[in-house]
Amino acid sequence: MKDNIVIIGGGIAGMEAAHQLLLLGYKPILVEKSDHLGGHVADWHKLFPDMSPAKDAVRDLEEKIKEANIFLETEVSFINRLKNGYNVMFTNGVNVICKAILLATGFNLFEASRKEEYGYGIYNQVMTNSDLERWFNTGDDKRINGKEIKKVGFVHCVGSRDVKAGNPQCSKVCCITAIKQAMEVKEFFPDAEVYCFYMDLRLFGKKYEDFYIKAQMESGVHFIRGRVSEVSENIEGKVIVKTEDTLSGKPAKVTLDLLVLMSGIVCNKQAVDTASLVQVKTDSDGFLKSKDNILNIIETDSKGVFLAGTATGPKTVPETVAEARAAALAIHNYLVTLK
Amino acid sequence: MDFGFSISPSSTINLDKVDFTLYDRLCEIEPDAKKCMACGSCSATCTAGPWTGMSVRKVILGIQRGKESEAEKMLKGCMLCGKCTMVCPRGINTRHLILSLCRIYGEGER
Ligand SMILES: Cc1cc2nc3c(=O)[nH]c(=O)nc-3n(C[C@H](O)[C@H](O)[C@H](O)COP(=O)(O)OP(=O)(O)OC[C@H]3O[C@@H](n4cnc5c(N)ncnc54)[C@H](O)[C@@H]3O)c2cc1C
Ligand code: SF4
Ligand code: SF4
Ligand code: SF4
Repeated sequence: MKDNIVIIGGGIAGMEAAHQLLLLGYKPILVEKSDHLGGHVADWHKLFPDMSPAKDAVRDLEEKIKEANIFLETEVSFINRLKNGYNVMFTNGVNVICKAILLATGFNLFEASRKEEYGYGIYNQVMTNSDLERWFNTGDDKRINGKEIKKVGFVHCVGSRDVKAGNPQCSKVCCITAIKQAMEVKEFFPDAEVYCFYMDLRLFGKKYEDFYIKAQMESGVHFIRGRVSEVSENIEGKVIVKTEDTLSGKPAKVTLDLLVLMSGIVCNKQAVDTASLVQVKTDSDGFLKSKDNILNIIETDSKGVFLAGTATGPKTVPETVAEARAAALAIHNYLVTLK
Repeated sequence: MDFGFSISPSSTINLDKVDFTLYDRLCEIEPDAKKCMACGSCSATCTAGPWTGMSVRKVILGIQRGKESEAEKMLKGCMLCGKCTMVCPRGINTRHLILSLCRIYGEGER
């Protein structure tokens, strides 16, 4: 058997890295704190840009990593540095000596209730992007079921591009997610008026602009440029949204049956603690710090410790997968040089 | 009674009250109107704009926000040269759109 490799985090990044390492002949140990693999993607319904089922993507990867040592509901309790590797103790009592560690700890969704002015957890008809994905998957949400849904709004940049919320970064995936979800909502409620309140539309990826044009042309989504300043509730329980229509240069307001907040991607605070066990620091944006952010995003300043996926910043699934593959190769090359 | 002052009307765009009839009618004839991304290329290139206030971007936006009379006023400044059509990155035939709008407004007058 070849050298031990520990992968922390069983999201797309950790799973794809495990898959590639298996192909390279290693038997990686994958630890995941929750009771299932897939990370956030396991919560999503359909993935942009192909609109393929998220659960197929997770199942596909699960099939490919059957041979790996997978510990669910397990975390790292401590890590000791050895001469050419690490001694890792898991919460399930297992203790391993390994040569390389991959931090694939992912991100946290911004806690929407922290933006009190948007009323999440205060007004009944306010939900998050994640809640809406859950409704697509389960069909169960009292904010939608049994309600007359005639007007729906999507608030971009919730907890992103917001210095006061502690996150000046753009979360990158939420503009396209908002457009994707706006179009999906239109499919469920064809007569509904759907509004997207945005500051900029950051549609950087393959086919994203096509989504935008389709949302305009086929779904008739109304795009209003302006950041929502406040949300209130009327006696009928509907939400009133205030913004500036900055294209008109005038304040605007609208009453909605449902408001969806595009919660952003923020660093996983718990992962920061795990990373500190192997002296990996956080970058100025709060995410885990790579050796550099151009050619060595996968490497760290700690010997034998690598990074992949959203642990270092907002990323899409294909970007995460690409990084995970690169990380597997980087680990392989590192282990070869140790010989 | 005259108090010597009056209340100025609110400039707020109340999207609950916007009447989309004209916009829907325009989209029937000119579906590409929906494609506008408010880039402003049309207005920047318009020779008439700086003197007459004509702006295709503002006309489309005005109709989307129920400011129809403002849109109609702007249209009067257009000389149908077609420069805006040449620059529109979304490939909207803006000159044709202007003509269609004039036709719709014409129908209203009859
Ligand atoms: C609303 C929304 C919709 C999206 N939709 C799409 C889409 O349609 N298409 C697309 O390409 N991208 C989409 N994305 C982006 C996508 O979710 C990410 O690219 C992907 O989740 C990144 O995977 P990851 O493995 O890096 O992180 P995660 O998905 O966050 O997985 C990390 C895993 O690590 C585990 N973990 C964390 N810390 C520890 C620890 N200390 N010990 C053990 N385990 C730990 C977590 O439990 C989790 O399972 C969307 C994002 C959002 C917010
Ligand atoms: S991707 Fe769009 S919604 Fe998300 S933070 Fe960036 S600009 Fe805002
Ligand atoms: S057609 Fe009218 S709006 Fe277009 S550039 Fe010429 S004058 Fe301006
Ligand atoms: S150039 Fe085209 S897309 Fe740009 S504002 Fe004018 S009509 Fe809209």
